[in-house]
Amino acid sequence: MSGPNTSYDPVQVTPLDADHVEAMVAEALEAFAAAGTVAELKQARIAHTGERSPLALANREIGALPPQARKDAGMRIGQARGRVNQALAARDAEISAAELAQRLRDERVDVTLPTELAPVGAPHPVTALMDQMSDVFVAMGWEVAEGPELEAEWLNFDALNLPPDHPARSMQDTVFVDPPERNLVLRTHTSPVQVRSLLDRPLPVYVVCPGRVARADEYDATHLPVFHQIEGLAVDEGLTFGHLRGTLEHFARRMFGDETVIRWRPSYFPFTEPSAEVDLQCFVCRGTSVGDPEHPCRTCRSEGWIEWGGCGVVNPRVLEAAGVDSSRYSGFAFGMGVDRTLMFRNNAEDMRDMIQGDVRFSRSLVGGAR
Amino acid sequence: MRVPLSWLREYAAVPEQTSAEQLAADLVRVGLEVEAVEHAGADVTGPVVVGRVLEFVPEPQKNGKTINWCRVDVGTHNDADFSDPAFTDGDGQPVVGGARGIVCGAHNFRAGDLVVVALPGSVLPGDFAIAARKTYGHVSDGMICSAAELGLGDDHAGIIVLPEPAGADLGQDAAPVLHLREDVLDIAVTPDRGYCWSVRGIAREASVATGAGWTDPVARDVPAAVDGGYPVRLESAACPLFVALSVDGLDPSAPSPRWLTRRLQLAGMRPISLAVDVTNYVMLETGQPLHAYDADLLGGPIVVRQAEPGEKLTTLDDVARVLDPADLVIADDSGPIGLAGVMGGQTTELRDTTTAVVIEAAHFDAMSIARTSRRHRLGSEASRRFERGVDPRATYAAAHRAAALLVELGGGRLRAGETIAGAVPGVPTQRIDVGLPGRVMGAPIDRDTVLAHLGAVGVGVEEDGDTLRLTPPSWRPDLRDPYDYVEEVGRLYGYERVQPVVPAAPVGRGLSPSQRGRRLVNAALTEAGFVEVVSFPFSSEQDLDRLGVPAGDPRRDLQRLANPLSETQPAMRTTLLPGLFAAVALNRSRSNDDLALFETGSVYFPDPERRVAPRPAVTGRPTDDELAAMDAAIGRQPRHLGAVLTGDWRPAGWTGPAEPAGWRHALAFARTAARALGAELEVEAAEQAPWHPGRCAALSVGGSLLGHAGELHPAVVAAYGLPARTAAVELDLTALLAAAPGRGEVVPVSPFPVVKEDVALVVDESVPAAAVGAALRAGAGELLESLRLFDVFTGPQIGEGRKSLAYALRFRAADRTLTDTETAAAREAAVARAAADVGAVQRS
Repeated sequence: MSGPNTSYDPVQVTPLDADHVEAMVAEALEAFAAAGTVAELKQARIAHTGERSPLALANREIGALPPQARKDAGMRIGQARGRVNQALAARDAEISAAELAQRLRDERVDVTLPTELAPVGAPHPVTALMDQMSDVFVAMGWEVAEGPELEAEWLNFDALNLPPDHPARSMQDTVFVDPPERNLVLRTHTSPVQVRSLLDRPLPVYVVCPGRVARADEYDATHLPVFHQIEGLAVDEGLTFGHLRGTLEHFARRMFGDETVIRWRPSYFPFTEPSAEVDLQCFVCRGTSVGDPEHPCRTCRSEGWIEWGGCGVVNPRVLEAAGVDSSRYSGFAFGMGVDRTLMFRNNAEDMRDMIQGDVRFSRSLVGGAR
Repeated sequence: MRVPLSWLREYAAVPEQTSAEQLAADLVRVGLEVEAVEHAGADVTGPVVVGRVLEFVPEPQKNGKTINWCRVDVGTHNDADFSDPAFTDGDGQPVVGGARGIVCGAHNFRAGDLVVVALPGSVLPGDFAIAARKTYGHVSDGMICSAAELGLGDDHAGIIVLPEPAGADLGQDAAPVLHLREDVLDIAVTPDRGYCWSVRGIAREASVATGAGWTDPVARDVPAAVDGGYPVRLESAACPLFVALSVDGLDPSAPSPRWLTRRLQLAGMRPISLAVDVTNYVMLETGQPLHAYDADLLGGPIVVRQAEPGEKLTTLDDVARVLDPADLVIADDSGPIGLAGVMGGQTTELRDTTTAVVIEAAHFDAMSIARTSRRHRLGSEASRRFERGVDPRATYAAAHRAAALLVELGGGRLRAGETIAGAVPGVPTQRIDVGLPGRVMGAPIDRDTVLAHLGAVGVGVEEDGDTLRLTPPSWRPDLRDPYDYVEEVGRLYGYERVQPVVPAAPVGRGLSPSQRGRRLVNAALTEAGFVEVVSFPFSSEQDLDRLGVPAGDPRRDLQRLANPLSETQPAMRTTLLPGLFAAVALNRSRSNDDLALFETGSVYFPDPERRVAPRPAVTGRPTDDELAAMDAAIGRQPRHLGAVLTGDWRPAGWTGPAEPAGWRHALAFARTAARALGAELEVEAAEQAPWHPGRCAALSVGGSLLGHAGELHPAVVAAYGLPARTAAVELDLTALLAAAPGRGEVVPVSPFPVVKEDVALVVDESVPAAAVGAALRAGAGELLESLRLFDVFTGPQIGEGRKSLAYALRFRAADRTLTDTETAAAREAAVARAAADVGAVQRS
């Protein structure tokens, strides 16, 4: 940079006159406007705001002016440089925005392309439903009890008030371990887990017992010889049939919606007394399909009611066999088929699908039961 | 039990306007399971009337058949213009009017017989519409019906010939005469309600349910023992009572009347002959099974006794049976003549010449009959009822009802002398507190209500303050315990009236750690892309052969089943893999080829000593020894986790080529499962069936072996018809859950900068990567933050039998920025340790 001027040469200060400054500004603005890319704008920036630009050179001349002129020229050049820089910034923003917009246009992808990170896995629908059912009870403070599937006959039958020649025992054709004299069976219900709970846990007992059971039954679209149950048992002081009703109606509403209507039918089970069957009013047709062949209901087969499970007040004989004082404690128990519930709740058509392992069936409830 | 409503109404005064459906709903409410309401005869519509065959002309046909061209008088339905040259009056002139012409192929009738005519416009079962139609050269103006054509059983033998008088005028609706239309309730009777295997029992329930009046068909009590009739000797406690009546002078040709056969048929039994039909009819009505012996074939007194070892009896179903001493038999001088309460014998079977019968109405011990029925795999209408308990007080009345019907319908004569051997057994009484029903039900059931409901079901009640002394009715052997009576009160009070209350359970502990762990594993595996399946838990020796499981392997010790569901799968599984392979086969048969299937389920290792599980009494808690013995006998049943992979893990797509599923995915499955529980799997090469010996990993946590993973042995792949390179894994999930760490610790996070170093090491090809990694880790010491294998390389530069492993190491200190010197030292130490432990040479 040159030092302050000590002599005043009118010719030398021509570039600092107003017209000349205005021309330099106009030239700069024109160049910025003409620049179409960041690179061109950079060239224009160097040419018109750089160290060798006319305005920068003119600025240097200011010091050579007499004090009075110096102030005017300084102000003039300062304003001019301000206008140029402003224009440069504006143009820079325009060009950057345009270039970004172009880049964003260029980088467009097809977001509808498949994007799975891994193959689609899924829990088996029966597992998912069984977990969901258990959770209803866990939320009420109950616990989930489990036990062996190959079970002592005493726990599966005798302890449940099913002596060897009880006619009810013929209701459940049982798979026996060889030889039958070993008194071992594939459990025909998860009730032995209830007995084990009474034997193992301190009272009061509130447990649900989900799990796999086996019966020497048909294997067809509506029967599985190996299937899943969820049973429940509550033993406490002062429990009544009313508590059974309250519990199962809550369970039904959680599984089938708040509008669920339940029917209670007296029935018979050796391990409960009084016993009941629980029917659900069909939650699809609400019973309107009964006697209306024009509008059949697939869910309830136009019967209006769906048999859901059996239940009752625990027979005191069962409590006594487990060493529970039946004069002090009472309880209730219930049992539902999980596979059958899945059938009418989630519209499964053929029970065999539940045990054959077709991945399409298993993927039905990806993420779990809802 | 199938109950025709007209029969039920004979004993329960259910109003006529009550529909079958309404009655069914009432019965359901008190605990009878009405499976169906049938409207028998509803499929016969239009004019089906009584007619009289005035005359007919047999006309032989070219096809060898002879048809009858009939002139039939159908009263008001006659055709005024009908005339046909075949039918002439005394003057040889055609008769005009007063009949219809109908072609009939049957021959079991004569001119003048009353018949049933389906006129044009009527529809018979099977949507068989009747119209006037031209056949065999005539216009047949209707059809003369057989029983089968009207849905009245399977008798095609000929047309129905009605007895005189028909009970209706010519031309009138034939349905009432035939007892054609009838509502039938089909009721599934629960095992405790033996008395509902009768019209009597159902009528009683109908009366209780609707409040309708009720008449007991069993109106006569059993008198004291007397031996004026056929001699009977009771020699077993299993038969406390035996009533024998004799009827003789029967007309063996007397048919069962239509009302009787129709009711039998609607109840599901086949009419056979008058005497048999009558015993069946009375059994259905009263619930008391009866048997009729041909009196002329009986020799000597009837003896009820236990069978002798080796005794033989041919029962009415034509089966020669060897009897067991536990069987109760009816015998005469010739030996056993019947399996008591189950089925009669052939030697005294009623014949079509039988004119004299001895009617048996006996009471047998339910358990004895149940055992005999099961032992001989022989169920009958009688055994079904005896097993579930019949009313001993019905014996005498039932025998007399049957005798009266034989007298009335068969022209027989009831012999004056009768035999009553034994007596009605006593019934156990019970005491309950009058408040018990309300306490059990959780409902305000007051004293009067309790007394009313007990009375309604026939319970005798003596009040003693708040204590009720209860005597069950003779037809309710199921009423023993206090709660049995509570149930009676409860069901009649109405379950629907009980106020629902959700009980407040004590604070629960939520899912157990292992339950939570299983859900974590399941969620991790499904999120990783595996699909859960469920298989039958069965297996066979053949499966283990196919898997190549050697003798002595614990999986070889199969728990066999006595009555397996399938003969090809006669034992419980000891491995999940065959079930998974079956699922692969099913999926592939349906062209689902890319498979990553897993299953969680029990496997069953039997008690090596094959101990017997005790069956202690049920009067109290078993001893701890007895419970321990049960647990020992059931064997070990750990839960396993298995998976099988085949096809592509990731099929070719727009992001790249296909990634075939293989052994590494099987290992990844195991690692995912372990990691879900916070456990790191230790992996080492192993040889184990059914895996490829060079591609099998043993999987452990904390040094305990949990299972194996890898590619399947080619022989196994072939044996199961699996795709080449199918991979599989099986882990003991129960053991994994036990080995997984507890609550886990949070890792301290250093804020200081990381230093990255790469190391390439050359080792023998046989050295496992895990060993090299372990050596580097051990050598690098505490400063090593992580170690990642990023390249495996073999080639001429490395040398034959050698491989190069490249690792990225990250060093970081918890409390300072590392210096170059420190990092270099740690790196050198790592390399030196690798050199020392696995002979690694650093690649320059």
